[in-house]
Amino acid sequence: MTVATDQAAEASSKLSLHPMEQFTVRPLFGGTEIHWYTITNVTLWMAIAVVCTFLLLVYATRARALVPGRGQSIGEVVYGFVRNMVVDVAGEDALAFFPYILTLFMFVVFANSLSLIPMSFATTSHFAVTGVLAIAVFLTVTIVGFVRNGTSFLGLFWVTSAPFPLRPVLAIIELISYFVRPVSHSVRLAGNMMAGHAVMEVFAGFAIVLWISPLSIAAITAMYGLEIMVAVVQAYVFTILTCVYLKDALHPHH
Amino acid sequence: MATEAMQAAGEAHKAGMPQLDFTTYANQIFWLVVALVLIYLIVSKLALPRIGGVLAERKGTIERDIAAAEELKRKAQAAEAAYNQALADARTEAAKIVAAAKAEIQKDLDAATAKADAEIMAKAAESEKRIAEIRDSALASVTEVARDTAAELVTAFGGAADAGAVGDAVAARLKG
Repeated sequence: MTVATDQAAEASSKLSLHPMEQFTVRPLFGGTEIHWYTITNVTLWMAIAVVCTFLLLVYATRARALVPGRGQSIGEVVYGFVRNMVVDVAGEDALAFFPYILTLFMFVVFANSLSLIPMSFATTSHFAVTGVLAIAVFLTVTIVGFVRNGTSFLGLFWVTSAPFPLRPVLAIIELISYFVRPVSHSVRLAGNMMAGHAVMEVFAGFAIVLWISPLSIAAITAMYGLEIMVAVVQAYVFTILTCVYLKDALHPHH
Repeated sequence: MATEAMQAAGEAHKAGMPQLDFTTYANQIFWLVVALVLIYLIVSKLALPRIGGVLAERKGTIERDIAAAEELKRKAQAAEAAYNQALADARTEAAKIVAAAKAEIQKDLDAATAKADAEIMAKAAESEKRIAEIRDSALASVTEVARDTAAELVTAFGGAADAGAVGDAVAARLKG
């Protein structure tokens, strides 16, 4: 009886789950203070994302080949994918914002994907990061909307297809949903990344327990596959939502 | 026990949500902005002009090749038409030559036929003349024989043969 209790206690002490610890921002070169300029793991993994973007879009296309090689093909596919998304969702006149949207896509897709490397750091799991991205999109869209359309941009909130008595109510709902956009936009991405990584960490924590470890490892493998998909899909979702918001700014009258 | 619990709680909070640790926000936002600006510069200054240029160039090349192919096809069709035209011309020319040759031959043939006809006519006329001569001479001989015979008969019957009367009688009989 006591032996069993001791064993249970021992197991529980071994079984220390810190699923959120992986998200801690740490200075890279010692020290504990984190100033705005401190070089941290955030800096490192963002820099790797920048380098990857450079490698894919610039280094891989250096040959400018008429018949593209492997790297250039991937670069062209990414270019075409985002460009078509912008044109299909927001229209031809949104192409002025193509560099901006491609920047967002490249950053998010590389930050998401790189975070799946073991021992890496998931920059896009932080609300500070996704929040800034979403607020940047929100401000851009709002400013562009007013600059392009003037006050008629407010027509976005006045649903003329609805019966007249409903319109003020709908206007309030539309207004709220408009201001909730940056929240949902950022929380969706950070939440997805955080949840996936935390779940994998939990499964990894369980792997110490002998009898459960095969199941745990199988679950991590399955989760990893799912997370690869989530990383790309969330980057896609973030980008296409940006295009949708941009469409509202350019063509507010449905 | 209580301190342990508090310590655990403190650790849990500390490890709980690094996302809500606002002391790291300035750091993250600063480096995010740096990263975004760098990616934006890479994308807008290097990647887009390059990839856009490559894609435009490829599109242009494909269009040029298709246009060249169209041009060659058009040329081939023109050449075929010219060939057919030449063939038709040659056929017409050959038909003309054949017709000319036929006409020439016909002319020669007609001339030869006419000449032969004329010769035949001449020969026939000559033959007719001779036949008429023969007939005339035969008739003269018959008259003479008849007259002589008649004279002899008259003499044999004991009459006096008057040459004039016998001649008239024979001529009358021959006419009748």
